[in-house]
Amino acid sequence: MKQLINVPETVVADALRGMAAAHPDLTVDVENRVITRADAPVAGKVALVSGGGSGHEPLHGGFVGLGMLDAACPGEVFTSPVPDQMTRAAAAVDSGAGVLFVVKNYTGDVLNFDMAAELAEDEGVQIARVLVEDDVAVTDSTFTAGRRGTGGTLFVEKIAGAAAQEGAPLDRVAAVARQVSESCRSFGVALSPCTTPAKGSPTFELPAGELELGVGIHGEPGRERRGMMTSGEIADATVEALLADRMPTAPVLALVNGMGATPLLELYGFNAEVQRALSERGVVVARTLVGNYVTSLDMAGCSLTLCQADEETLKLWDAPVRTPGLRWGI
Amino acid sequence: MSDRNTEAKWDSNRARHWMAAAARAMTENEQRLTELDSAIGDADHGGNMRRGFQAVTSALDTAQDEGQLTGPGSVLTLAGRTLISKVGGASGPLYGTLLRRVGKTLGDEAEVDPAVLSEGLRAGVEGVVKLGGAAVGDKTMVDALQPAVDALESGFAAASQAALHGAEGTVPLRARKGRASYLGERSVGHQDPGATSAALLLGALAEVAGDE
Repeated sequence: MKQLINVPETVVADALRGMAAAHPDLTVDVENRVITRADAPVAGKVALVSGGGSGHEPLHGGFVGLGMLDAACPGEVFTSPVPDQMTRAAAAVDSGAGVLFVVKNYTGDVLNFDMAAELAEDEGVQIARVLVEDDVAVTDSTFTAGRRGTGGTLFVEKIAGAAAQEGAPLDRVAAVARQVSESCRSFGVALSPCTTPAKGSPTFELPAGELELGVGIHGEPGRERRGMMTSGEIADATVEALLADRMPTAPVLALVNGMGATPLLELYGFNAEVQRALSERGVVVARTLVGNYVTSLDMAGCSLTLCQADEETLKLWDAPVRTPGLRWGI
Repeated sequence: MSDRNTEAKWDSNRARHWMAAAARAMTENEQRLTELDSAIGDADHGGNMRRGFQAVTSALDTAQDEGQLTGPGSVLTLAGRTLISKVGGASGPLYGTLLRRVGKTLGDEAEVDPAVLSEGLRAGVEGVVKLGGAAVGDKTMVDALQPAVDALESGFAAASQAALHGAEGTVPLRARKGRASYLGERSVGHQDPGATSAALLLGALAEVAGDE
């Protein structure tokens, strides 16, 4: 498998150096692997810190900036960051108003963020934590590590980030984040597997002519494999999986997300089918975002996240944001 | 008991040899661990373990030069702290907690009896079980670690054999913890990478216990 890299060992550091060069609004500590807003700490503002394995870009580093995250901690590819990164990030961005950790529900992320929270609190930083667990493909939650955190992370980071930007205190920002997290449901589909730089070959096998319904963002298996389907059939299966888990009672925000190797042309076509499938089932879409936001290296495929939104949530979604990965209203 | 030096005491040098042997084992088995992990996980375990234990040996070298390693307890505590700081994933905190607990049990003594190290390993595995919430049969490192500590009364070689046996015994299991749990029935038929690396760690211990 050909990859645009130097050597696998420096992939994350190389990307961080590139981010530093491209985005003067960010401070990138390449050695310690922490990305912060250049203007952090922002006086009086609650800070949001997230992080996770690399390979899902622009998540999380691409969402650092005004109205979203204050810091991100990128781990090795598909490996959670370590507590040192998180405590360093928390100390760098805490204005005294406290820090919210946004954590995707994976065993490694949860263990490392928990250890970091303890250490940061020992150093006098007030920490709250929100867990994102939106992937409905995991049905057998009591016999697994629980639902995985995927596309819903973008909604949590954007909406809670807007609340923090407006000056809400830590308990309020955490409450908004938890409400958004609980309102999000995601479902992913893989058309082809991804290749980690360290391994250099696909991390799972998906025969030609088959797709995986319910795939995770690290190539974790989903619910079933089927013969190749049309975009419209995939949209119906995806929407059905989401609505069977939770039927929205209010308009939704929709994220039509590419896994990394699916062209926008196909994603927009898929979005048309998603909107049709939702409309046929009586679901009103308030806002739609189409693009590669929570990726899985070079996996081909897509995911759909629906986030039920009340008026307040919509207002926070529409609030200005200025990050490398998401930017509007400013 | 065939271990020649089973009754020999453990000092800081011997503890460092254990960590060095573990680093060699992880490096030699990197590809295998990654292959196992790509079958039921996310294909990062081999690299993480190699990276982590290499960081451990270099941290120990530095601390040795600075005269900070006064006993086996300080060696293993530093090893654990380094794994927590450098590895990430679930394996960093879990192996880090294991070694830190062992180190804490050994305390500040310049050297300890093998029985004290065994006691430390029991405490370490308890720490892993508490942190990760896994039990025997969940298809995790606990499936190698628990039988190993149960066999410690018969010596480190027996513990290593029990860990190997436990790791092999994860093949028919269905994963209930960690990333492999998402596979459900599809995790059956694959050996757990965490149990495999745990057996390597115990193998390194037996090697150093028997061969010095």
